[in-house]
Amino acid sequence: MSELIRVGISDYAKSRAPEIIVTYALGSCVGICLYDSLRKIGGLSHIMLPESSMASRTETNRMKFADTALTDITRDLVNMGASRLTAKIAGGAQMFATPAMGAMGDIGGRNVRAVKAALARLKIPIIAEDTGRDYGRTVYFDLSTGIMKVQSIGKSTREL
Amino acid sequence: MINNYEELNDMHIDVLREIGNIGAGNAATSLGMILNAEVGIQLPKVQITDFDSTVDALGGAESMTVGVLLNFSGEANGLIMFLLKMEDAENITSVLVHDDEDGAEGLSEMKLSAIKEIGNILGSAYVNSIALLTGLQIDISVPYIAIDMAGAILSVPIIEFGAVGDKVMFIEEGFYTDEEELNSDVIMFAEVDTLQRIMGRLGLEV
Repeated sequence: MSELIRVGISDYAKSRAPEIIVTYALGSCVGICLYDSLRKIGGLSHIMLPESSMASRTETNRMKFADTALTDITRDLVNMGASRLTAKIAGGAQMFATPAMGAMGDIGGRNVRAVKAALARLKIPIIAEDTGRDYGRTVYFDLSTGIMKVQSIGKSTREL
Repeated sequence: MINNYEELNDMHIDVLREIGNIGAGNAATSLGMILNAEVGIQLPKVQITDFDSTVDALGGAESMTVGVLLNFSGEANGLIMFLLKMEDAENITSVLVHDDEDGAEGLSEMKLSAIKEIGNILGSAYVNSIALLTGLQIDISVPYIAIDMAGAILSVPIIEFGAVGDKVMFIEEGFYTDEEELNSDVIMFAEVDTLQRIMGRLGLEV
């Protein structure tokens, strides 16, 4: 088995088969797996906020936000030779049953909606999804098969 | 004027550490009364770190953790979190609650509410001591509990306080007791404006 490529918070990685990319313990953040099944090229992004418009003027980390991260990754994958990309997404949970008010209310749900809007703009179809609810998720993305494996505590592993 | 956590200097950090010390001291006294045991605190740490290091410092992404969250608002805005590893949650509650009805996730309803109440008391003691020290009007929410991977639980404060810049700041207090191997943390995150206001009230020009 190949080495795992680890993606942190507000981070992403791109590679090709036979690599496996992992991101651990997504809570309200969202993990997005983009894949070209023909060329077996893909990327995994771990975003934490919906829109770069939330950032201050000095913000430089485009990987933090759904809109800028997905724009950049799509460009990078196309530069690597990818053409027909599909997406699988996971995360966006509400970890604590706090009221859905204020700037950070239901941030998981807003992250998921922002990811979907950004993918729609980029014309990338979502073919699998494991989002929402109230638990964390670790995501393994296998670039040989395009399978997104999702693990949570106390739940069976899902292969999507 | 401070715009993000990375601009805090050594003097600011000393003051924040002292606030943590006072908050945690009161919290430890409260915890000691609940457990009927001596509860010690480690020297508080003021951490200004990137997002992944925050998770690593507090147990590692996938370690199974119980987290109790309290938001505070008013003249100071932030959150307090009581974090303990699953096995420590079992130890601490077995002292307090005697039942054998642990559920699928390891802890009975009764034990969960005991942990939630401990988090509530610790967090309230902490925040109240800040309010007393500074004269700021601070409201505290009810406690919320989650049992999950540490990384998933910590995504909540990281998202809330990491929107500006690539680092977050938190004050970390370790609690321990002699008899039971109880290791737990109380961590406080606060908005930059709040930190400035607290320090201003303590006579530090920022």
